[in-house]
Amino acid sequence: MLLIDCPWCGPRDEIEFHCGGQSHITRPEPFDQVSDEEWGRYLFYRINPKGVHYERWAHDAGCRRWFNVARNTRTHAILATYKMNEPKPDLSAEGRA
Amino acid sequence: MGRYSALRVLTEGLKGQTGWGPAWRSVRPKPRYDVIIVGGGGHGLATAYYLAKKHGVTNVAVLEAGWIGGGNTGRNTTIVRSNYYYPQSIALYDLSVKLYEKLSVDLNYNVMFSQRGMIISAHSRHDMENAERLVRGMQINGLDVRMMDRAEIAARVPALDCSPNARFPVWGGFCQDRAGPARHDAVVWGYARAADSLGVDIVQNCRVTGFRKNETGRIIGVETSLGDIACDKAAIVVAGHSSELGRAAGFELPITSYALQAFVTEPIKPTLDVVSWSLATGVYISQSDKGGLVFGGALDLYPSYAQRGNLPIGNQVIGAIADLYPSFGRVRLLRHWAGIVDVVHDSSPIIGESPVPGLYMNCGWGTGGFKAIPAGGLLLAHHLATGQPHPIAEPFQLNRFHTGALIDEAAGAGIAH
Ligand SMILES: Cc1cc2nc3c(=O)[nH]c(=O)nc-3n(C[C@H](O)[C@H](O)[C@H](O)COP(=O)(O)OP(=O)(O)OC[C@H]3O[C@@H](n4cnc5c(N)ncnc54)[C@H](O)[C@@H]3O)c2cc1C
Ligand SMILES: [Zn+2]
Repeated sequence: MLLIDCPWCGPRDEIEFHCGGQSHITRPEPFDQVSDEEWGRYLFYRINPKGVHYERWAHDAGCRRWFNVARNTRTHAILATYKMNEPKPDLSAEGRA
Repeated sequence: MGRYSALRVLTEGLKGQTGWGPAWRSVRPKPRYDVIIVGGGGHGLATAYYLAKKHGVTNVAVLEAGWIGGGNTGRNTTIVRSNYYYPQSIALYDLSVKLYEKLSVDLNYNVMFSQRGMIISAHSRHDMENAERLVRGMQINGLDVRMMDRAEIAARVPALDCSPNARFPVWGGFCQDRAGPARHDAVVWGYARAADSLGVDIVQNCRVTGFRKNETGRIIGVETSLGDIACDKAAIVVAGHSSELGRAAGFELPITSYALQAFVTEPIKPTLDVVSWSLATGVYISQSDKGGLVFGGALDLYPSYAQRGNLPIGNQVIGAIADLYPSFGRVRLLRHWAGIVDVVHDSSPIIGESPVPGLYMNCGWGTGGFKAIPAGGLLLAHHLATGQPHPIAEPFQLNRFHTGALIDEAAGAGIAH
């Protein structure tokens, strides 16, 4: 069971949240010059690491805001939570597999 | 090692069971193979078997990081069925069901495929409309599915609460009579034994850590925990670890790894002789030959490589089982576990070439690839041996993620994950 520290509400039980997948994905621009391969990559391809994953979560049953979580997918340990517009923290020492 | 037969069981009984040997050899890898299969689950072993059996390619190794069948194939709830929605999927999964029907004879190994039928119950008007739509679509594609009314379901699944006051009232549903469970370990061991007897080397405790390429970027070998091994072609068949192996070979994949849980109860007397699946809750249940009730439901919806399930989903699945089948609510759980499944956006597999020349893959089966083991193996073997995708595998290439030709079973058959 995860205890997730929402940057707005504080620590709450995982059932209040849902995960929106990999974070920090930038939409390729300009749209009319993006190749099919690039669109496919943007829409469907994911890093899916065994180790630290930077991902978006929404606090559905609380403030209903989106924020970022850095979580180890092998252990489920949450290493950081931070706001949507903040850069990803450098956690390279914390056990990328 | 000799063929298995009833006569052999009898004569071995008279000889004090002294004549049984190991079912496959324990080998050190050779320095070079024509084809190296990475991953000794059902799909990897089946690929090796059909390479040897159908195409005469016998200089083949299956490299397995742990023990064969220790991944999802040995962790799954073993339901085999072909009731998917799109024609491409039905061609693929029904080929697999047909191969399963003959598999015990083909492999000379009893895989205990029990076509006891699968009944999918609908619990609201909307469920019924969805069921009708699915069944009509499947029938147009030639599949043996049919609608069922509530009385027939109540008679076939007495444990299911079909009373008007049920938490999930049963409105009706549909069934596929040729569906049913098979024995997961037997599928693994049967393919391993049959492939081994055709000359395939099965190497356990051998983890692949990287790939070796020549100056044109073509695969020439793999790096493993037992040293480098050369090869002409290699195939990645590692389910939830596909992204990690792809990265080692230099590419990303449209895959996310999630934990999928399963549960088994203490053994009880025979009480359920079909596979019972509920549209409203997404949970399904069958009874094993040992008497345990085997059930599962939704994915744990955040990326995971942890091979253990989380409590909220466990709670939801167990709660739904207790609501649907009230008498099962008092049966105790024996074990509960999870496997790491390889989920893609359209819930359909990827069988074919990777972006690296000479490197192939078979992945993306997500929550439902046990049923497809014979077909996945046959189709990838065809591609490896002939250099061309088999017509049934053609729609399931990696390029569909940029051509847009997705086969969206998540929307089609309502596969929730
Ligand atoms: C709980 C659960 C229930 C399921 N229920 C069903 C069901 O009812 N019906 C159905 O059709 N499907 C079901 N599935 C899905 C099904 O189990 C899988 O799709 C299928 O078994 C995948 O087979 P595979 O051979 O591709 O992968 P696996 O059986 O996972 O084999 C992959 C192998 O690769 C090995 N490996 C990984 N990395 C390396 C490496 N670096 N080097 C060497 N080897 C490596 C692993 O150790 C593993 O043994 C279920 C899955 C789960 C988890
Ligand atoms: Zn919040």
